[in-house]
Amino acid sequence: MMLALVVFTPLIGALVPLLAIRAGRNTCSAATAAVTGLSLVLLLTEGLAVYSGEVPRASVPWVSQLGLSLSFFADGLGLFFATLILVIGLLIILYARFYLGRSDPVGRFFCYLLLFQGSMLGIVLSDNILLLVVFWELTSISSFLLIGYWHHLPASRAGARMALVVTCAGGLALMGGMLLLGHIAGSFELSEILSRGDAIRASPLYLPMLLLVLLGAFTKSAQFPFHFWLPHAMAAPTPVSAYLHSATMVKAGIFLLARLWPVLSGTQEWFLIVSLTGLATMVIAAWIALFKDDLKALLAFSTVSHLGLLTMLLGLGTRIAVVAAMFHVLNHAAFKAALFMSAGIVDHESGTRDIRRLGGLRHLMPITSGLAIIAAASMAGVPLLNGFLSKEMMLEAAAHTVYAGQPWLFPLLATVGALLSAAYSAKLVFHVFLGPERHDYPHHPHDPPFGMWLPVALLVLPIVAIGVMPATFAGAIVARTSLAAAGGTLPDYHLALWHGLTPALAMSMIALVGGLVLLWAYRAVNRLRLAVRRPDAMALFQTAIAGTIRASRRLLGRIDNGSLPRYLGAIVATIGLLGLAAFLGAPPASVAGDRATLPATLPAMTGWLVLLLACGLVVLRHYDRLAALIITSIVGLVVSLAFLQFSAPDLALTQISVEVVTTILLLLAINLLPRTTPDELSRRAKLGAGGLAVAGGAGVAALAYAVMTRGFETISSYHVEQSKPGGGGTNVVNVILVDFRGYDTFGEIIVLAIAALTIFALLDSALHGAAGRRLARTRFDPQAGDAHPLMLTVVARVLLPLSLMVGVYILLRGHNMPGGGFIAGLVVAIGFLMQYMASGYVWAHRRARFDAHVMIGGGVALAGATGLASLLFERPFLTSTFGYFHLPVFGEVELASAMAFDVGVFFTVVGTCLLSLATLSRVEERAEHASRQSEARARQIASQVEGSVP
Amino acid sequence: MSMELLMATGIGALTAVGLYLILLRRSFPVVIGLTFLSYAVNVFLFVMGRLAIDRPPIVGTSAAGYTDPLPQALVLTAIVITFGMTALIVVLSLRAFLETGVDDVTLGIRPDEQPSDTARSEAPR
Repeated sequence: MMLALVVFTPLIGALVPLLAIRAGRNTCSAATAAVTGLSLVLLLTEGLAVYSGEVPRASVPWVSQLGLSLSFFADGLGLFFATLILVIGLLIILYARFYLGRSDPVGRFFCYLLLFQGSMLGIVLSDNILLLVVFWELTSISSFLLIGYWHHLPASRAGARMALVVTCAGGLALMGGMLLLGHIAGSFELSEILSRGDAIRASPLYLPMLLLVLLGAFTKSAQFPFHFWLPHAMAAPTPVSAYLHSATMVKAGIFLLARLWPVLSGTQEWFLIVSLTGLATMVIAAWIALFKDDLKALLAFSTVSHLGLLTMLLGLGTRIAVVAAMFHVLNHAAFKAALFMSAGIVDHESGTRDIRRLGGLRHLMPITSGLAIIAAASMAGVPLLNGFLSKEMMLEAAAHTVYAGQPWLFPLLATVGALLSAAYSAKLVFHVFLGPERHDYPHHPHDPPFGMWLPVALLVLPIVAIGVMPATFAGAIVARTSLAAAGGTLPDYHLALWHGLTPALAMSMIALVGGLVLLWAYRAVNRLRLAVRRPDAMALFQTAIAGTIRASRRLLGRIDNGSLPRYLGAIVATIGLLGLAAFLGAPPASVAGDRATLPATLPAMTGWLVLLLACGLVVLRHYDRLAALIITSIVGLVVSLAFLQFSAPDLALTQISVEVVTTILLLLAINLLPRTTPDELSRRAKLGAGGLAVAGGAGVAALAYAVMTRGFETISSYHVEQSKPGGGGTNVVNVILVDFRGYDTFGEIIVLAIAALTIFALLDSALHGAAGRRLARTRFDPQAGDAHPLMLTVVARVLLPLSLMVGVYILLRGHNMPGGGFIAGLVVAIGFLMQYMASGYVWAHRRARFDAHVMIGGGVALAGATGLASLLFERPFLTSTFGYFHLPVFGEVELASAMAFDVGVFFTVVGTCLLSLATLSRVEERAEHASRQSEARARQIASQVEGSVP
Repeated sequence: MSMELLMATGIGALTAVGLYLILLRRSFPVVIGLTFLSYAVNVFLFVMGRLAIDRPPIVGTSAAGYTDPLPQALVLTAIVITFGMTALIVVLSLRAFLETGVDDVTLGIRPDEQPSDTARSEAPR
């Protein structure tokens, strides 16, 4: 489990800097370093077992149906990368503490950094390839946040977006590749996959899978032709560049190639694609780097070039090349991070990182210059430094590679790459640090505080140590890592300074000398280069993005124009067609079934005629909104009568009381909305809508008739049988609601509560802004001579205690007779709403002794508490119980815990109705008040004008 | 004429009216249309338990039989939820009307009009 903790410590610890920043920047940096340090300690306590030949593992199933599990393992390769991530991470944290300015939000920076660190550790320690893809995407997202850290700078935002688009597109391809790989291998666990290399390479899906995986790796590691995003990502703060773009994130692609090397390599396709991509990237990026005048851009392209070198080595498919690659990963991480940090120091101290404006820094900042020159020399491949050793191994590997029968191609291009690398390193040294002292810097540069150059020094130390005594300082690490990456056994090799007079030594020397010569001829070569037109990656990228946006907007404009009737029409038509297709696809049968039907009675036919009449009327007369509302309530009445007729007294009661509340609500709404609907549709549009409606209605009628005339089996005999003995009530519908399906009901009252609160939020804020101004302008025509007629007021007052009593009665008897919390809540709410109608909002509100919010919250809480109480008796949530008690006066009384639940339902319903309608009437009251005031003012002005006229 | 036929045609009529009204261009008919559709759907669900007269699902010694209580329980909560939904939609359309001064649900696009890129941005917010 320790390994999972290694990954999750930084991910969870990402919250620490956000809190620690309140205690100051030093505490924040220290806390971040502590999180990274903790992760490192965990890693080493667990991981060092690797060096005694073990492979620590940890696994927890996650979504086993998908083959996704939280499984981690640390072999030599994973341990190597994880250690690199954490150690360089610690140095970066120290460096960033001094680099970031006073105005930068440091807490946020460290939060992102830890998120990134955790995701990166997840990639290198995952045993499950799907989990690996998850972490892969997380690095894309966290690096987006880091690159865009200075989000006030347009370049930062553009660079971050570009990096996100490219790496996420690659991530998508990688996901496809990984799914294919898991499909071929029959497992998503790496340890399984690694043992099935032969079967995977023989699979017909090998090539598509390889292409997808490589697309992921190449985009992440900025390989040609996806190299363009990395230089733009340099808009990030330098600690980010040093961390992500030299030592860690861009190495994720390399890690993936190394991780899957035993499975994927060894085929002709792998060799051609990977090694040629790497070779091309190495040479092209080195050429571009040579002519960059921005210090960080030069380093960025040099990183791309070195990543190309690593890719090429892995592409060769020989074990010795893997050893060289792993050795170079270590060396490159050290010298490139050191160089990035030095570049940051130069930028920070002198105020510029334009190489043309720099020079002679050796005199002004001797420590930084010394360290940077050593690191740059290592990058150039100068002997006695670590870069020389791995570069020589690379040249050695290239020297033995024959491509398409041409033994000279790889050695030549590899030498050219190394030569260019020597040239840009020399440019860095000679044009920035050496040369005459300049005095025209924006700031006067001097060496930075100790804390800023210490990380650089700590990185230069291994550069020299490994360079002089490679076997002592890097031998074991390289051996263990390469063994894990290549699988099987390693060929005979030894890390040493002197291998005798080999071809590689000659190539190395040619590269060094040639590099210096090239720099000497820099101006001439640059003139030549400038004569040729080069594509601008950013412009091309932005054109492509803009084109995509334009195309999708055009497409969206066609299908999604914001017109509700259009959407609804499409939905209705689609459902109708689906139904029709299902009907036509089934074996032919008549609509009517063979179940015995009930003969129609006269009252039923009367109700049916009223319904049809109402339906016809509402279609014709709906332009008058009040008329439409009245007709609707007639339909509601017929529906509740139908419920009553067909043995559903509970439904009839519910429907009729809901009808009252809905009608009051709609009346209130009509008062503020336009009174009429314009007759604006063309005849054709009406016919279209009508046709669709009639077809839909006919389909539903036929379906209902077909079902009703056929027999059926129901599961509810259980509910009827268990209602009394199990639920303690004789009203089966109510027992189902509060007991058998209590969980559903609980969910439903929560929905009601949310609806009520949303209504409150929508209306409460309607008194301000544009809505408030429109409300104040609304004119109300007096509908009646008296707003609060005496008759209505008196009757409403008398009815209140009656309706309260009826409500309580319905609530209490609900368990055994028609009734229950829903109906009782509606009846009581109507009693209160009548007071609002009869005497106005202000009067009623002043006398209200309760808060509707509290009722809603209390109701839901009571229902929930009833459910939780059953947990105390170690029964599942919402298990109900009941018993019989003898109370004085009342006699034998049955009490069920479900009743408390029903009381919760009751309060929620009362609160919902009251909150919705009372808020609506409050809005209206305000508007009417404003309207009356402005009318009074108008009258006053009019009378003044009259009075002033003699 | 059977009761089943009356109920089926009644449900059909309610559905047709509901569909017609929700296809109109103003928010109020859409609300009324939704109310009609809710009646139709609730009754449709209810009749899935088939029609029975004088068989209320109240357990008692003298009962001759019980109709299916399960659809009734489903429909009971559905009726109350319908109220919550209607109230929310009414208030939503009211607020939209108060904000913009129109109760149009088409963003001002005529049925026979060509959609354009700018329709969205010019629509009242």
